[in-house]
Amino acid sequence: MRRDRETAWLRRGAWYVALIILSLPFVFPFLWMASGSLKTPAEIFAFPPTLIPDRWNWQNFIEIFRYQPFARQYANSLYIAALVTLGTLCVSAPAGYAFARIRFRGNTVLFLLLLTTLMMPAEVTIIPNFLFMKLLGLINTHVPLILLPILGANGVVSTFLIRQFFLSFPQELEDAAMIDGLGRFGVFWHVAVPLVKPALGAVSILTFLYSWNLFLEPLVFINDLRLFTLPLAINNFADAYGVPVWHLQLAATTLSVLPVLAVYVLAQRRIVDSFVLSGMKG
Amino acid sequence: MSTGPLILPRRARGRAFFDALHGYVFIGPQLLGFFAFVLGPLVAVFVFSFQDRDLLTGAVAFVGLKNYREIFADPLFYKVLSNSLVFTAGLVLLNITLALTLALLLSGSFRGVTTFRTVFFASVVTSAVAWAIVWRFILQGQQGVLNQFLEIVGIHGPNWLREPRWAMVSVIVARVLKNVGLNMTIYLAALKSIPREYGEAAGVDGASGWQVLRSITLPLLASTTLFVAIITVNGALQVFDHILLMTAGGPENATNVLVYYIYRQAFQFFQIGYASALAVLLFFVALGLTMGQWLLRGRSAEA
Repeated sequence: MRRDRETAWLRRGAWYVALIILSLPFVFPFLWMASGSLKTPAEIFAFPPTLIPDRWNWQNFIEIFRYQPFARQYANSLYIAALVTLGTLCVSAPAGYAFARIRFRGNTVLFLLLLTTLMMPAEVTIIPNFLFMKLLGLINTHVPLILLPILGANGVVSTFLIRQFFLSFPQELEDAAMIDGLGRFGVFWHVAVPLVKPALGAVSILTFLYSWNLFLEPLVFINDLRLFTLPLAINNFADAYGVPVWHLQLAATTLSVLPVLAVYVLAQRRIVDSFVLSGMKG
Repeated sequence: MSTGPLILPRRARGRAFFDALHGYVFIGPQLLGFFAFVLGPLVAVFVFSFQDRDLLTGAVAFVGLKNYREIFADPLFYKVLSNSLVFTAGLVLLNITLALTLALLLSGSFRGVTTFRTVFFASVVTSAVAWAIVWRFILQGQQGVLNQFLEIVGIHGPNWLREPRWAMVSVIVARVLKNVGLNMTIYLAALKSIPREYGEAAGVDGASGWQVLRSITLPLLASTTLFVAIITVNGALQVFDHILLMTAGGPENATNVLVYYIYRQAFQFFQIGYASALAVLLFFVALGLTMGQWLLRGRSAEA
């Protein structure tokens, strides 16, 4: 009896030890980033390494705004992600609704055609898209960073997710609303949209993060410092030889990661569910 | 009374037409965008692959299969292709093993289980750029903190990102740690749907935990594993951020993969035709993988 309890206790202990060891490579990068962001250039490579800085060099967080227009770049990322999210909802919600609920010639064929987007890496089309934007004079503007996510792969995934929700939507509700004299648009806006708010929420979360973290597109379309988004900006703290200025780079990276992590900790359940939902799209 | 049924069909027909019109309006923006930014460019990239384009002068010349011939004659292309496959295979194996291990460790309910789940998923919401920057910082030569720790316990660590073999391993590991939380969560959802009684019944019959895992849990997870493998393979093929930021394809092209190679050819060397031909090849590699997975999936659905 006592032995049983002892082995159970040991097993539980081993379980926790395994989990703690496995979580190290997931936690440590965040801690080391935060720690480095507060160190002086001299301490950053000190041996032996210090997790808690000897001297807290808050100066780094002021310095990054002098080094490049970091506030402006931060604002760029925010407003672009907001517009992309809004635009995706405006395009994907009606499309998802129409594909699920409205009968029209070509419904299925057009939907399948749209889905082919998901079968190919977005990188395949980056070259023609670049030349197309160049032709339109939109290089070094934020327009491609707003349009491409709304209408490209991320937008198609959003439409697909929203369509899935509308498929299970009870026909009687629509019929009742139409008998009450609502037209298609009225039904969509007053009856359908309010009922798929969870799906729209999930799409919003995924789309905002998608835009916030986008890297290849800004790298290709933007070369003016003042137009940079955060992923470009935090990669840009380097000296004339391209060697990273680590204390500043880590401070900027910390500032870019922290709000996302804070929101994640607060709204964890919903965020994880959104990802699982989109992961299940296949 | 008698006029009712006569009028209704006509009204209904009018309504159906009007309804269909609404349908087209609703999908209009998405569809136009698809033609302008997805299908159009896909056709264009095929056309470009038969051309030489000069970005500065705007001159365009039709060159037939020249770009493809050059690609297939270049040993670097084969290296890049094999790097992509090695990266994908390594990433998928490590990712699935780790995701499954974490899910099995976290499938019960015990004190702290949600905290651990939160921790393992945190890197999924973090930007790949931030994650790659921090890992580059950790893995730097002898000054990096990993090697400093190893030094303390008496091991002289390699220069992780500058030695060909270790560079590939490092990039794979950093990328797995970034995304494994998503697969873990998908496995957790699948584990939840397996009835507890299965394992308990086997336990009563004297099966050990390991036997239950091998002959009951894993087979029940087979379709989830296939699904997870598919999304992970597709993601791995598109790796770019981690390569550019951690190794820039080096050392000596040891981590140069397809998407990164296309990026360099197109936007650093301005070889638009050549890069377009590479993009076409990427398209076929992705298509081949997707079709292979569908076949696998169909077969497993039959079984």
